[in-house]
Amino acid sequence: MLAAEAELKALMVAGLAGDKAAYRALLTALSDALRRYYMRRTDRTDAEDLIQEALIAIHTRRATYDATQPFTPWLYAIARYKLLDHLRRARVRAAIPLDEAGELFAEDESEAAIARRDLEVLLAALPETTQTLIRQVKLEGLTMQEAASRAGRSEIAVRVGIHRGLKTLAERLRGKAPP
Amino acid sequence: MRTDELIDDLSGALAPVSRFAFYRRLVEGIGSGAVVSFLFMWMWLGMRPDLADAMTTPAYWMKFAFTFGLAVFAFRATEKLARPASRAAIPLAGIGVVFALLLGAATMQWMKAPPAARMPLMMGHSAMVCPWLIVAVSLPIFAGTFWSLRALAPTRPVFAGAVAGFASGALGAWVYAFHCDESAAPFVLVFYTLGIAALSASGALIARRLLRW
Repeated sequence: MLAAEAELKALMVAGLAGDKAAYRALLTALSDALRRYYMRRTDRTDAEDLIQEALIAIHTRRATYDATQPFTPWLYAIARYKLLDHLRRARVRAAIPLDEAGELFAEDESEAAIARRDLEVLLAALPETTQTLIRQVKLEGLTMQEAASRAGRSEIAVRVGIHRGLKTLAERLRGKAPP
Repeated sequence: MRTDELIDDLSGALAPVSRFAFYRRLVEGIGSGAVVSFLFMWMWLGMRPDLADAMTTPAYWMKFAFTFGLAVFAFRATEKLARPASRAAIPLAGIGVVFALLLGAATMQWMKAPPAARMPLMMGHSAMVCPWLIVAVSLPIFAGTFWSLRALAPTRPVFAGAVAGFASGALGAWVYAFHCDESAAPFVLVFYTLGIAALSASGALIARRLLRW
């Protein structure tokens, strides 16, 4: 455990300095640690989603890590926050009456189900750039690279943008009464 | 998306992060909020005309130290709460100490005053507007602080929101004190605190929505 802490911390510090290889090794190690953490607390599909969410959070919030402090508590505080957030959302979903449940599960599944809804209305709620990205990649079948170069943004920004946009859409669908 | 693809993406586009990025974000948000708030107070309410004279009295510095002390400790706590796995107990205790000191001063003035003069001492002449004006003057700081926090990682959003609102209110009250010519400790204790508490409650209220990440 202590060896892991020292190793992970060294990788994190190198990653903060811009060392891609160290950072890649860090995220790979973290995805294993997160898998163990989430598998014990949720089911398999949720665990995989949570791992990705936690990795994105770790990445986008990496400036909040203070290198004078141990790394693992920081990591697990984020993992726990994402778990609680997930459980809270699941509770909200469970509170929706049963007669709406069929539709809910259908919506949860795929983009095809989302398309059955008034797609334009839903997309309109997202920021303009996110809308464009989702249209290009999810509907027109462009690759992430193509969409990125068209938008003049990095591929990772595109990927994270789409991931978040879809998440927002899914939440909106779950939260909304049927039309 | 598969997890290993995500890892490729995240590490492939990695940019170095400065050691000071965290503080820079906080200073930008709080600092610009404070500047706007100060200008807002100056243009809208104006400095108290007797500022130079007042600065020679202990009452002025009591108010100054109370609001500034609260702001320093509360922003320190906000900073701690914006980092996962960081503890805010010490700065929160600092807030308690500042309050205890003012409570001591207010009680002494209250006891020393003749009974008939006590209520007027506490109510001053601006009790009805003071908390509202503190809220108004604090709003730019409040907005700036939440702008900062949104890029950081508060793992207890509601608590962090309450403390951030409190901190904004305390700094806003410090700004407001350049206009306010009340000098009694009981007045400051009750009505300044009311304004600050209103902002703290608002901070907790909007945090669930605004500080999710």
